[in-house]
Amino acid sequence: MSGPRTLYDKIWDDHVAHQSEDGTCLLYIDRHLVHEVTSPQAFEGLRMAGRPVRAPEKTIAVPDHNVPTTAGRDTHIDNEESRIQVEALDKNARDFGIHYYPVSDVRQGIVHIVGPEQGWTLPGMTVVCGDSHTATHGAFGSLAHGIGTSEVEHVLATQTLIQKKSKNMKVEITGHLRPGVTGKDITLSVIGVTGTAGGTGYVIEYCGQAIRDLSMEGRMTVCNMAIEGGARAGLIAPDEKTFAYVMGRPHAPKGAAWEAALAYWKTLFTDEGAHFDKVITLRGEDIAPVVTWGTSPEDVLPITGTVPSPSDFSGGKVEAVQRALDYMGLTAGQKLTDIQIDTVFIGSCTNGRIEDLRAAAAVLKGKKKKDGLRAMVVPGSGLVRAQAEEEGLAQIFIDAGFEWRLAGCSMCLAMNPDQLSPGERCAATSNRNFEGRQGRGGRTHLLSPAMAAAAAITGHLTDIRDLL
Amino acid sequence: MEKFTKLTGIAAPMPLVNIDTDMIIPKQFLKTIARTGLGKNLFDEMRYTQEGQEIPDFILNQPAYRASEIIVAGDNFGCGSSREHAPWALLDFGIRCVISTSFADIFYNNCFKNGILPVVLPKEAVDVLMADAQKGANARISVDLENQTVTSSDGQSFGFDVDAFKKHCLMNGLDDIGLSLEKVAAIDSFESRAKTLRPWV
Ligand code: SF4
Repeated sequence: MSGPRTLYDKIWDDHVAHQSEDGTCLLYIDRHLVHEVTSPQAFEGLRMAGRPVRAPEKTIAVPDHNVPTTAGRDTHIDNEESRIQVEALDKNARDFGIHYYPVSDVRQGIVHIVGPEQGWTLPGMTVVCGDSHTATHGAFGSLAHGIGTSEVEHVLATQTLIQKKSKNMKVEITGHLRPGVTGKDITLSVIGVTGTAGGTGYVIEYCGQAIRDLSMEGRMTVCNMAIEGGARAGLIAPDEKTFAYVMGRPHAPKGAAWEAALAYWKTLFTDEGAHFDKVITLRGEDIAPVVTWGTSPEDVLPITGTVPSPSDFSGGKVEAVQRALDYMGLTAGQKLTDIQIDTVFIGSCTNGRIEDLRAAAAVLKGKKKKDGLRAMVVPGSGLVRAQAEEEGLAQIFIDAGFEWRLAGCSMCLAMNPDQLSPGERCAATSNRNFEGRQGRGGRTHLLSPAMAAAAAITGHLTDIRDLL
Repeated sequence: MEKFTKLTGIAAPMPLVNIDTDMIIPKQFLKTIARTGLGKNLFDEMRYTQEGQEIPDFILNQPAYRASEIIVAGDNFGCGSSREHAPWALLDFGIRCVISTSFADIFYNNCFKNGILPVVLPKEAVDVLMADAQKGANARISVDLENQTVTSSDGQSFGFDVDAFKKHCLMNGLDDIGLSLEKVAAIDSFESRAKTLRPWV
């Protein structure tokens, strides 16, 4: 390799185990995260072929998608299919000797929160999981892909993934964010600019002062939604904040190994003059608190805006917008802040970390949710939950009238009992507002944790800056 | 994946055209956690009543065909969805080869990933084999992948085409994983290099 390289180029080069003449590579995988929904057939495949897991010490499993977030789940899960999938993961983890965090373990949580929390995710690694939001781990400067079940089996058996290299895209957020604006607003605003297919074929590197200024939690929120922009992965170069976050985590290197790791991690940045195939630049000062109004994450507007009309669009989007407005029960021209909501969901791998709960609690402190509104906080992991209890955040949520749940994916995808009813409108800190995503007929508005808390108080979508 | 080289077995005649993946394995069985175990629900709605009783007329319920390893099928077998549950169900039942004039593309490829050989033959050949299969358990059909021939119980032989690479994979029991494992030396040496360069991983 000669010439200046991007961060992606460097991580890629350091993980090619084999390259065929047509450019197809076997990319070595440093960490494989596994959950209950996309893995059963993969383990079954290994059994049928009599294959072991090649690197069980690099494989980590945790049930999250299907698990109830109410008490008693460690002894019984009502839904039989969910129970079977969770039990299958219990057994597979045991039989194949992989690291496991069962529902009874305080460290259990959403796989993308548990990985970084436990120090499994480190800079410069390749990380995969049978889940599209694996992009989250890119916040550490690790190349993180979502994969399908056949590929899960492939990685279990070979510790590699068959891949061709993607193109490089740079998303730069210059300057500083204004008060009330968060990583969630950055990532949604970027998708608003690129569209949900804008990242297709690319690995995105997020950079610029506003990204540097974000905490690790905020950076994870940004990378989490790279996939919603169609990208294969999102990356942020590691820096002192990254190293400080990683240091002392249970599976982070210690002593001399830490020093060696640190020296390597410090080489993980895009060289001056490296080539990007596509560049997008936003000014941090121009980003407002945003919400989605439609059924695609690209349907995003500043909270001060109004519901658009299909005629504001062209091509195939005209029909899609009409369909979205019908589904969402909205009228063109309606002020976004006039949209009344029924439910608030704070959680998910996008915004279920401690900083997110702090941001929401700061808004809710001493206040109550609107009467009749359903409000729920689902911490991203048992440890986030424990910390929030210790910091007194849980009490703030409870006093404000929120349900304080156990960790899991919950209403992000409504595979467990937490679902919207038809027509129910939800302000959600998660990442997908697709039709039916949170329950058949449910209507989702994506926003930041602080904005979700504000909406819980007023009962309608609200500009957080009015409450600052 | 199990290798496929030669097979001599009972062939079940299913002359129906357009047997789709929903017929092969209805959607209520997709919630399974396994690839195995689907054999009992293979052709579920054709095979059982709503109460779960076997329908005696259905070919695979007939004593002569309960141990079938081959299906001789009507045109366009496997059309419909991409569900890999369809080949999983066939394989779990014990079917290793399906012979027809044509297959749906995705199903065709899915078969190779699961150790099942789909054989495409001209109509006249399929007609001969269909008639042969209808003779019952004594009419065993032979399939020879290496020589690319299908032979009826009375010795009529038909040659078939198959992609050389797919043939290689199937004859050696190689799926994607198998192929990648052929490069295990490269993976091993990468691992030992990485151990020196990044021992903390
Ligand atoms: S929280 Fe939602 S997006 Fe994240 S892993 Fe769970 S289901 Fe997927």
